[in-house]
Amino acid sequence: MSDYIISVKELTKCFGDFTAVNRISFDVQRGEIFGFLGANGAGKTTAMRMLCGLSYPTSGSGTVAGWDVMREGEQIKRHIGYMSQKFSLYNDLTVWENIRLFAGIYGLSKAETEKRAAEALERLNFSSERNTLVGSLPLGWKQKLSFAVATIHRPKVVFLDEPTGGVDPITRRQFWEMIYEAADGGTTIFVTTHYMDEAEYCSRVSIMVDGEVRALDTPARLKEQFAAESMDEVFRILARGAKRGE
Amino acid sequence: MRQLFILIQKEFTQIFRNPFLPKLIIVFPVMVMLVMPWVTTMDVRNVSVAIIDEDGSSLSRRITSDIRAAEYFTLNDEPTTHGEAMALLEDCEVDVILLIPKDFERDMTSIDPQKLDISANAVNATKGSLGSQYLVQTIGSTLSKYMSEQCMQQTSDFVVVQNRYNPTLNYRHLMIPALMIMLLILICGFLSAVNIVIEKENGTIEQINVTPVGRFTFILAKLIPFWLIGLFVVSVAMVVAWIVYDLTPIGSLGNIYLATILFILGFSGFGVAVANLSNNIQQTMFVMFFFIIIFMLLSGLLTPISSMPEWAQNFTIILPPRYYIEIMRAVYLKGTTFVELWHNFAALGIFVILFNTLAAITYKKQA
Amino acid sequence: MHILRDVRTMMIVLLIPVVLMILFGFAISTEVNNLNVAIVAPNRTEGVRQVVERLANNPYFTVVDYDSSIDIDKVLRSGKADAVVVFDEDYEHLIAQRAEGIDTHPAIQFIFDASNTNIAQTGAVYLQNVVSTDHSRQELLNLHLLYNPQMKSAYNFVPGIMGLIFILICAMMTSVSIVREKEMGTMEVLLVSPVRPIKIILAKMIPYFVISCINLATILLIAHYLLDVPMSGGLGGIVFISLIYLILALALGLLVSTLASSQVVALLISAMVMLLPMMMLSGMVFPLENLPTVLKPLPYIVPARWYIEAIRKMMIMGLPLSAVVKEVAILIFMTFVLMGVSLKKFKDKLE
Repeated sequence: MSDYIISVKELTKCFGDFTAVNRISFDVQRGEIFGFLGANGAGKTTAMRMLCGLSYPTSGSGTVAGWDVMREGEQIKRHIGYMSQKFSLYNDLTVWENIRLFAGIYGLSKAETEKRAAEALERLNFSSERNTLVGSLPLGWKQKLSFAVATIHRPKVVFLDEPTGGVDPITRRQFWEMIYEAADGGTTIFVTTHYMDEAEYCSRVSIMVDGEVRALDTPARLKEQFAAESMDEVFRILARGAKRGE
Repeated sequence: MRQLFILIQKEFTQIFRNPFLPKLIIVFPVMVMLVMPWVTTMDVRNVSVAIIDEDGSSLSRRITSDIRAAEYFTLNDEPTTHGEAMALLEDCEVDVILLIPKDFERDMTSIDPQKLDISANAVNATKGSLGSQYLVQTIGSTLSKYMSEQCMQQTSDFVVVQNRYNPTLNYRHLMIPALMIMLLILICGFLSAVNIVIEKENGTIEQINVTPVGRFTFILAKLIPFWLIGLFVVSVAMVVAWIVYDLTPIGSLGNIYLATILFILGFSGFGVAVANLSNNIQQTMFVMFFFIIIFMLLSGLLTPISSMPEWAQNFTIILPPRYYIEIMRAVYLKGTTFVELWHNFAALGIFVILFNTLAAITYKKQA
Repeated sequence: MHILRDVRTMMIVLLIPVVLMILFGFAISTEVNNLNVAIVAPNRTEGVRQVVERLANNPYFTVVDYDSSIDIDKVLRSGKADAVVVFDEDYEHLIAQRAEGIDTHPAIQFIFDASNTNIAQTGAVYLQNVVSTDHSRQELLNLHLLYNPQMKSAYNFVPGIMGLIFILICAMMTSVSIVREKEMGTMEVLLVSPVRPIKIILAKMIPYFVISCINLATILLIAHYLLDVPMSGGLGGIVFISLIYLILALALGLLVSTLASSQVVALLISAMVMLLPMMMLSGMVFPLENLPTVLKPLPYIVPARWYIEAIRKMMIMGLPLSAVVKEVAILIFMTFVLMGVSLKKFKDKLE
């Protein structure tokens, strides 16, 4: 168990009669880039919300960074980073103020915040934008900054919910470089995405259909298993049987 | 603690960076306190009076001309009979009718004198009742003068009236504490509610929810700035009242601030609850507007609660500003002490607990 | 239109006027119809007893205390009584002397809590009438306050409430319309579309106008059937003026929307900043005649003032439409100015 940073067994979430997530089970290894795929309405976001301690599972069990998703949501929050599909830094605060805010929330000291902020800005080539309002940055920059902020406290695992939505290919490329860098540093990445080419970058990929995990393996083996040319094709084969519409 | 401090710092940065809010917080209270008290007077002018003079004596003509000369009245010369005048009264053309009966002057000193008759239209209550009162005063002084000229025995007043706490009957003094409360209701109510729902609409609340920030810490950080702003607004209003209207509280400032703090604590909790239950900014504003306008018009700020029908008077029991205004007026104008007002303070305290519990219950971090 | 899709908000918008109208229509009144008096009488003689009885039997007074000595200041300060009636120790003697025409010092003293000015002013008249017994000048006057037994003074506030509710709710609805597009970045879509600005603005206003008309209808029904407002000036005229006023209010919201930098600012302006002036400077509660000269022009620019004046004339005084031509003309003028300015601002924003 302890090898796995995320470990989920039979996790289920119902909203009334509707079973959004149906008994999913999987394990994520330390330092892995875990792709979490699925069509709209497949239950990705609900599953992810449970893992982040935002939503209590109806049944099943699971741990994230060693904490129980059923009971220890608040502890989980201390040890994860999260970046959502909707841009979620404060537009009316500057780059530095946003970093300071989130570093402070995770309990980083002033000196430590200063140090890590300088490092992060350097890495992003953002040093000159330190006092720029986030609202006036282009979207791609915001997303990269968002990622830097989500990892400022060096979490064991980062959840990325469609982090590259609406971003141009070059920025997406740069973004994935940041993800690799973080993974090399030992941070586990749990990422959902719409872009199938991005799925190829993941160490392992799970594909959800109708609230269930239908496939889980490395991209290479998945392609082999479904005799497909690309992840895109794998996904389409699986999604064909989906009952819940797009 | 550090989390809280950092979040409060963030709130203040956002408030002061907003191009509109700082101006609103400073300029709005000052403008309101400078302009509105001048309006808030119930003095009536241009009371329309019809005089039916059946006496036609020198005294009745003198009464008429004195009324004509008084600044409050405009004479309506149209009606000649009491019936005509009453018809005009019903049409709101005339506010007050004075009937001087036949032989009024002749029988004045007799054992059974004729009586002047004043009828006032009280549909417009203020104008009717105050208008008739002015009329009584005007006629009274005419009659006194007349009597002393006639060398009749002049009795001094049978009754004396003493007006305590506000001897000049300045309506403004009654309304200034009410205006302060209105300012507080507007600023704390709207701003605290909006401040929460805006995070919801921008999605930033989602981001905060996945951090270890506790829900109380987050709400507290949202509210503390508005508690401080509320105290600031009341202080500014009190300074303006002192400089411009020469009105200072007779009672203790401590009581005023205690009541203010209790009110702000309760009311901002209410704002948070409304924001928690709303989906978007516009909805929050409509709901807050609804409650705020009820608070303003039914809490006795503008019109006395004792004038309301009984069911409405009972309804005001659930309105927090009702207790706050009682404290403010009593402390400001009468110097009432805490002990005499304890039940009002207690009521405000109950609202603090009630509304903040509601705010905590409605704020959901986890589903 | 956003608001039509947002069912909850729409329900709120439609419900607010109904609740407020009923609540305020019945509850608000400036009439003084109850006065709590405490009575101090060192000697409870027959004469005193008679006066006290008259006070106790009069519906306007509630005797809260009757004692030989009372801490007057305390009773007033705690708000237990609005006024204290103090009889002189020698009340009977003084009355007797007065009957013989001997000048004495006053036999009764009224002490008012004048912190509530209204009550002190009217209360003094009432009290004097009940208490006075001798042949002083009070005896030469008969005062009738023709209070309306059916609480008809209630409807004196109806025009004011209409004026207040319409303008604020309409402004709050439209004030977010354009600024929301700005915030969401959908302004660019309008920018490239061939639709003329005036059409965009009108298209935005129509749904709100329909909602406002529903509000108008419910309010008029409540006013007539529940509050018994006569509307003797003719329903047609009242509706006509109200429709102009609604358009004016929507245009005002639109102007706010073109000027505001965000939805929050727009809503704060149309709800919070405008509430007090609309309430205080419209003649709804306070007469405007008493304003000092410097502030006199202020109410002229408050649209609610003209609307309330016109509606008061038509609804309560029963005057025909021809009597409010001035008010109507001013409202129409204001509407055109507001529409013109917001259209200009809107075009500036688009270019």
